[in-house]
Amino acid sequence: MNAHVSPQAVSLGHEDGIAPGAELLRVDNVSLRFGGVKAITDISFDIRKGEIRAIIGPNGAGKTSMLNVINGFYTPQEGTITFRGVERRGMRPHHAVRQGIARTFQNVALFKGMSTLDNIMAGRSTLMKRNMLWQMLWHGPALAEEIEHRRKVEEIIDFLEIEHIRRTPVGKLPYGLQKRVELGRALAMEPSLLLLDEPMAGMNLEEKEDMSRFILDVNRQRGTTIALIEHDMGVVMDLSDRVVVLDYGKKIADGTPDEVKRNQAVIDAYLGVPH
Amino acid sequence: MLYRIAGQYKTSYAADHALFPVRQDAYLLGFILVMAFVVFPMTASEFAFRALLIPVLIYSLAALGLNILTGYAGQLSLGTGAFMGVGAYACYKIVTIFPELNLVVAIALSGFFSAAVGVAFGLPSLRIKGFYLAIATLAAQFFLVWLFQKWSWLYNHSSSAAIQVPNIDMFGITVAGPTARAITQYYFVLCVVCAVTIFAINITRGRIGRIWKSVRDMDIAAELVGINLMKAKLTAFFVSSYIVGVAGALFVFLWRGAAEANLFEIPLSFRVLFIAIIGGLGSIMGNYLGAILIVALPVVLSTVPAALGVPIASATAEHLNIMIVGALIITFLILEPHGLAQLWATIREKFILWPFPH
Repeated sequence: MNAHVSPQAVSLGHEDGIAPGAELLRVDNVSLRFGGVKAITDISFDIRKGEIRAIIGPNGAGKTSMLNVINGFYTPQEGTITFRGVERRGMRPHHAVRQGIARTFQNVALFKGMSTLDNIMAGRSTLMKRNMLWQMLWHGPALAEEIEHRRKVEEIIDFLEIEHIRRTPVGKLPYGLQKRVELGRALAMEPSLLLLDEPMAGMNLEEKEDMSRFILDVNRQRGTTIALIEHDMGVVMDLSDRVVVLDYGKKIADGTPDEVKRNQAVIDAYLGVPH
Repeated sequence: MLYRIAGQYKTSYAADHALFPVRQDAYLLGFILVMAFVVFPMTASEFAFRALLIPVLIYSLAALGLNILTGYAGQLSLGTGAFMGVGAYACYKIVTIFPELNLVVAIALSGFFSAAVGVAFGLPSLRIKGFYLAIATLAAQFFLVWLFQKWSWLYNHSSSAAIQVPNIDMFGITVAGPTARAITQYYFVLCVVCAVTIFAINITRGRIGRIWKSVRDMDIAAELVGINLMKAKLTAFFVSSYIVGVAGALFVFLWRGAAEANLFEIPLSFRVLFIAIIGGLGSIMGNYLGAILIVALPVVLSTVPAALGVPIASATAEHLNIMIVGALIITFLILEPHGLAQLWATIREKFILWPFPH
């Protein structure tokens, strides 16, 4: 459906020099505690470049905490995160963005007072460089930069089929479209790793199909690696290349969708065990 | 009909990013500028300059500064009056230490002092938000006014504890001081206000404006799209306090002629805040509409009855002012919480669609 995307769009995404299929991010023995509450206990897994990696688990399993650790919002007490070969423990979220990690949120976190266009443009704030003095003059370099980035943003708007709501303040949009704008904002950051926290929560079947299509297109056409949290098992099993399953902050399974589906620990976690 | 946009096609992103996507807006602004630069100066009396035109412009500028901080970056501040004071006292010191300096340069420099003070008092914004931040800026308000009173070096140890604007010439024309003519001062203020407004519009519609608005709308999400919150907030405090400081320097040098510390007390902060809120937070034009309402209306209310031959005592007029302005503020906040700018936007929208209902 989106086979006609222009060549520039395909070349978007961080050029990070990592071959497809090689390890892009590795989480090693990460533990995260809030006081006495253990959110994550000793979890290790990896994300390979170019794959769609799903993180699933019952409510409260620590999935969102895991994403928050990956993009630097939380600093784990133990363990390390290696992104593109660089090992780290703590960092600020805006550093993670600069390294090429973007994310969306479980509950939509858009800038409600701004238009769709401005929201997506805001995603490119870190890529724009002109300083205050040029901004004051507007005409000249600042405007040239603005137009250059507007062109990239319009490609994303085109891609997500949201041309008609370009000027609408996002606070007035229906939920499904807001989710789509949020995906657009994350794409605007040109991430090499895109973290999606329940991109299909609260959507109807048709919206889910649309969103699945966008996720696959982003993955295939832009080569963006995706880590995905989702509760709809049909979607997870169809979209993802590999699945990691968490329960009570621990990793209970890791593998292809088929392996995970047959794993007894996973079945127990989701369906419960007879007492 | 007046606002028909049929036939105005945009063929490039540059055209879409223009200041006036609708041509009629540009005509309207041109008309207002002609009024401000040609018609008002030719017709206005000395009283109109001193009581209406100059204060409206200066208060608009102060509100513009506050609006950048509160309306765009979402950081509530109650210290505007004190930051205006910093600008005024800094300008006074610069002018008395370097009497040869051009007044425009002196005013532009004094803005940097208030900007620095603003950034210092903006540091708490990194940890606290909303009403708590407002209280922190209130500390600036009390501390700075106290400083203006106690630090006699600021007013050159004068026995009256006030700053008195000396006569200042620019290119042979007296622009400030007791002998300056009102029309000269009006043009001076008008040019400064126009220049600052253009810069403010350019900053707020570009990258930095978007960063500020992101921080205002949802600071956590802003951080996660890669915005450095500390830098964004402090830049907002810097730009805002700079403009407020320039407004403060104009306030004393081009309008009041003299000032004591108590001029910059909290009623001034509230006045500027009212202008920004009634004009419309997050809007540039709103500041002008708000200033016209808050500053000009009392003057009109006190002069119109006399002109119509209904003499009322000045005390009565003053009380009427308070009642009418108060009622207007409440009415506006209930009917149009986003201020006069939003009211105008709605009217304009209707004009564009007219005669169709939608």
